[in-house]
Amino acid sequence: MSTLKFHYKVDKTDFTRAGEASSDVKGKLKKMGCDPEVVRKVAIAMYEGEINMVIHADGGVIDVEISPEDITLVLKDKGPGIADIDKAMQEGYSTASENVRSLGFGAGMGLPNMKKYSDEMKIETELGVGTTVTMVIHNT
Amino acid sequence: MTIADIRDHLEATVLCCEENLGREVHTACGSDMMSDVLAFVKDQSVLVTGLCNPQTVRTAEMMDIICICFVRGKEPDETVIKLAEERDIVIMATQKRMFEACGILYENGLRGGASH
Ligand SMILES: Nc1ncnc2c1ncn2[C@@H]1O[C@H](COP(=O)(O)OP(=O)(O)OP(=O)(O)O)[C@@H](O)[C@H]1O
Ligand SMILES: [Mg+2]
Repeated sequence: MSTLKFHYKVDKTDFTRAGEASSDVKGKLKKMGCDPEVVRKVAIAMYEGEINMVIHADGGVIDVEISPEDITLVLKDKGPGIADIDKAMQEGYSTASENVRSLGFGAGMGLPNMKKYSDEMKIETELGVGTTVTMVIHNT
Repeated sequence: MTIADIRDHLEATVLCCEENLGREVHTACGSDMMSDVLAFVKDQSVLVTGLCNPQTVRTAEMMDIICICFVRGKEPDETVIKLAEERDIVIMATQKRMFEACGILYENGLRGGASH
């Protein structure tokens, strides 16, 4: 298997469609015969990130790279940025609005979940500029 | 326990994917917050929830959850049903409230999954 690359645009205007990119990647990995545990880890980590782009930023782009060794997810948005990453990484910390909570999100578990399900995670963020989250999941 | 057993215990109405009623369910998860659901690894689970929108189905999809039961009479719309059909996830709805629905399933031997 050579390295495969996919690019997704995540639209923030239609919450109904949030998660389509993650769903697509999940389907692709399944078809390739990836280990189901790896597929699930990628799906959950990417889905949490995709939802965050929709509810906390103005949408963004996701680049997925699948190699025999690793699956790399790069989620990039031009949203408000994260003021305090350590705080944001804490379970239960959320700035989600009441509206977002009524949609089933805002438990403050997304970033901790992303950390848990990925083998490596890096957050680069600048206030007023945007956030890039990079996650690597080993393909074994 | 099978999905059909869950339907019987919760006096629920099945809304799609009836052909999967014979599938075995090993664990259950009850929550209205999707990231709470996503924090636990479950095997062949049922999700009991009052949150009734497309993200409920997507969350189930990411987790390989095979059945969603909506509590307190929540009626999913067409979008939700269609998404679930495409993903082979059984949807059912019960009039029971969350606490009661989870209690009944627990009493009948279903347990929560282990934390990751
Ligand atoms: N892409 C992002 N841009 C700006 N802020 C973000 C972004 N991602 C996360 N945050 C900030 O970090 C906080 C914690 O994120 P996390 O995903 O852990 O929880 P949440 O999204 O609020 O709730 P949940 O993920 O449980 O639905 C968010 O409430 C938000 O303030
Ligand atoms: Mg989140």
